[in-house]
Amino acid sequence: MLRSHAEDSEDKQYVGFATLPNQVHRKSVKKGFDFTLMVAGESGLGKSTLVNSLFLTDLYKDRKLLNAEERINQTVEITKHTVDIEEKGVKLKLTIVDTPGFGDAVNNNECWKPITDYFDQQFEQYFRDESGLNRKNILDNRVHCCLYFIPPFGHGLRPVDVEFMKALHEKVNIIPLISKADCLTPNEVKKLKDRVRDEIERFGIKVYQFPECDSDEEEEFKQMDKELKECTPFAVIGSNTVVEARGQRVRGRLYPWGIVEVENQSHCDFVKLRNMLIRSHMHDLKDVTCDVHYENYRAHCIQEMTSKLAQENRTDSPLPILPLPTPDVETERLIKMKDEELKRMQEMLEKMQQQMHEKDK
Amino acid sequence: MAATDVDIFSNEEKRNLNLGGHVGFDSLPDQLVSKSVTQGFCFNILCVGETGIGKSTLMNTLFNTMFENEEASHYQNGVYLRPRTYDLQESNVHLKLTIVDTVGFGDQINKEESYKPIVDYIDTQFENYLQEELKIKRSLFNYHDTRIHICLYFIAPTGHSLKSLDLVTMKKLDSKVNIIPIIAKADTISKSELHKFKIKIMSELVSNGVQIYQFPTDDEAVTEINSSMNAHLPFAVVGSVEEVKVGNKTVRARQYPWGVVQVENESHCDFVKLREMLIRVNMEDLREQTHARHYELYRRCKLEEMGFKDTDPDSQPFSLQETYEAKRKEFLGDLQRKEEEMRQMFVNKVKETEAELKEKERELHEKFEQLKRMHQEEKRKVEEKRRDLEEEMNAFNKRKVAAETLSLSQPLKKDKDRK
Repeated sequence: MLRSHAEDSEDKQYVGFATLPNQVHRKSVKKGFDFTLMVAGESGLGKSTLVNSLFLTDLYKDRKLLNAEERINQTVEITKHTVDIEEKGVKLKLTIVDTPGFGDAVNNNECWKPITDYFDQQFEQYFRDESGLNRKNILDNRVHCCLYFIPPFGHGLRPVDVEFMKALHEKVNIIPLISKADCLTPNEVKKLKDRVRDEIERFGIKVYQFPECDSDEEEEFKQMDKELKECTPFAVIGSNTVVEARGQRVRGRLYPWGIVEVENQSHCDFVKLRNMLIRSHMHDLKDVTCDVHYENYRAHCIQEMTSKLAQENRTDSPLPILPLPTPDVETERLIKMKDEELKRMQEMLEKMQQQMHEKDK
Repeated sequence: MAATDVDIFSNEEKRNLNLGGHVGFDSLPDQLVSKSVTQGFCFNILCVGETGIGKSTLMNTLFNTMFENEEASHYQNGVYLRPRTYDLQESNVHLKLTIVDTVGFGDQINKEESYKPIVDYIDTQFENYLQEELKIKRSLFNYHDTRIHICLYFIAPTGHSLKSLDLVTMKKLDSKVNIIPIIAKADTISKSELHKFKIKIMSELVSNGVQIYQFPTDDEAVTEINSSMNAHLPFAVVGSVEEVKVGNKTVRARQYPWGVVQVENESHCDFVKLREMLIRVNMEDLREQTHARHYELYRRCKLEEMGFKDTDPDSQPFSLQETYEAKRKEFLGDLQRKEEEMRQMFVNKVKETEAELKEKERELHEKFEQLKRMHQEEKRKVEEKRRDLEEEMNAFNKRKVAAETLSLSQPLKKDKDRK
C-alpha cells in the first residue's frame, strides 16, 4: 500500500511540461523557417562566392556583370534570390538580397539611399500587415542580417564604408567582414582587424553584438564565445571550386604557391562565420530584428503620426489657443527683439524730455 | 624641334663611300655614353592607385631600398600629389629618381574630380619645362627635368574588370603620359582567374580607346623580348620587403599559412617582367617618348592656344617675333579695358552708397522732427495742465483768503453784538 502511494505521489509530482521543448521543435520543423540575408559591398569583393560557399549551392549561375564603362553612372539596384533548402527534415526558405552597383559609380553620393529606402519599405509593409484585420498570411520580408564586405586592400574603413554602416546600423543587424582575406598575411589580418574595430568604435557604428553567455554555461562554451567575439570582424575567403588538398576534396583556391582551404580555421574565419550565422545565432538575428530594429521603426512611425495629427489640429482652429504649449522659438525671439526696441525708444524719449526740461530751466 | 624622323640629307644626293681604314668615329656612342654617365640620369615615376593598394611597397621592392613613407589615411578631402626625390647610385651610374604618390585617390565618396590634381600636376611639369625652353638665358643641360616619364596605374585585384574610376582616369591621362597598368596585390588571384582578368582589362582599354604604353619593337636588339612582354600586360605584381627563407636561400616573399609567395619567382607573379621592362630595358625609351611625344603635344597645344601658328594663311612661315608683338598689344589692350571697367564699377558703387546714406539721413531727420513735435505737444499739454492747476490754486487761495477774512470779521460782529 505504501509503495503504491509513493508511486502515486511521484506520478502526481511529474506534470509533464518538460516536453514543451520537444513540442516546440516538432511544430517548428513542420512550419519551416525563413531567413533573409543581405550582402553589401563594392563589386569584385567576393560576395556571391561567399554566399555560394556558405549555403553550398550556386545561386548566381547566369549572372551578367557590367563593364567599367557601364558602371560610371550606375545606380544601385536591389535584387532578391529566394531558394528553398532542406536538411534533415528542417526546411529553410532562404532569401538573399543583393545590392549590385553599390559603390561602383564614380560619384557615389548617397548611394546607400536606395538600400535604406528598401529597408523602410519592408518595415512599413510589415507594419501595415500587422495592423491589418486579416493577419493570417503575413509575409515577413524584413532583412534579418546584413553582411558588409570591407576590402582588404586598404588600411581600414573608407568613408563610403562608414557612411553606409551609419545609415543602416539602426535598421538591421550589420556584420562587417574582411573580404578576400587571402591577400593578407596573419600579421596583416590582425592589424587590419584591430584598425577596423577601433574605427567602428570611434565612429559610433553599432554592429551586431553577440548576446552574452549565461553565467551557468560550460566553460568550454564560454571560451568559444569569447574567442568568437575577439575575432570580429571575420576575415573570410570564399570559393566556388573544389580542390584536392592533403588527400581530401575540399572547397578551396589553388595557387602556384599553395592551396587555400576555405574551411581551414588557420587559413581564414569562414568556419566561425558559418557557425555563428547559421548554426548558433540565426534565430537570435531574427529576434533582434523583430524586437529591436522593427520596434524602433514602429515606435518612431507612431510618434510621427501622432505629432502630425496634433499639429494639424492646432492649425485648424481660427482662434489662437492660449497659452501655446510650446511657443515657437522663432516667434519668441522676435518678441524679445521688439521688447528691447521698445525699451530703447522709451529711454531715448526720456533722455530727450530731460534735455528739454533742462533747456527750459 | 621634334625632328627625330627627318633625314637631314633628304634633299641632297647621297653617296655611300667606303673607308680605306679605321677612322675611329665608331667610338661616338661611347663618347655619348660617358658624357651621359657623368651628367647623371633623371627618372620620374608617378604612381596612381587607391590608398593601401601597395604603391610604396612596390617602389621599395623595385629599387631594393626603403624610401621613407608614412601610411596614408583614408579620410583625405581630395587627391593631392606628393613628389619625393632621391639620389641613387649603382656601379658608377647616378640616378636622380622622383617618385610621385597620389594621396587620397579613390577614397572620396564623390570621385568625379579625382583625376584633376593628377592632370594638373603633369601639365605643371610640362609648363615649367616650356618656360625654361622659352627663356632668353636658358640652361637646359643642367635643368632638373621633373616631367613624368612613366605612370604606373595600380588596378585593384577584383577579378572582374576595371573600376569605373580607373577607366575615367586613364582616359584623361593617356595623352599626357606613358601609362603602364599593373594589377596590384596579385597574390589574391588564382592563375585561371588572372588570365581572364587580364584579357578583360585589355579589351576594356581597347574598346574605350585608352592608349597605354607599348614597349618599342623597332630596335632589333630588344624587339623580341619587348613584343613578348607586350602580350603579358597588365603585369600582375606582388611587392614585399620582408625576407623569407625558402630552401637554402633567403628571398623577398610573403609568408602565408598555406605557402610562400616569392616576389622574384616568375611563376608566382610578373614582378621580374615589370622590373626588366621598366628599368633594365626601356627606361631610356620612356624618357624619349615623354619628351618627343607627350611634351611636344603639350607644347603645340599650349602655343596654339596662345595664338601662335607655324604658317599663316598664305603658307608663309610666321615670325615668332611678329606674333609675339601682336599678342602683347592685345594683352595690354585687354588690361586697360579691364581697368576702365573696374573704375566704372567702383564709381557706381560709391554713388549707390552715397544715395543710400542720404536716404538714411533724411529718414533720421524726419524721425527727429516727429519726436520733437511729439515733445512739443506733450509740453503744451503739460503747460495747460499747469495753468489749470495754477488757476485752481489761485481760486482756492482766493477762497481761502475770502474765508479767512470772513471768519475774521465774523467774531468782530459777534463782539459788537455782545457789546
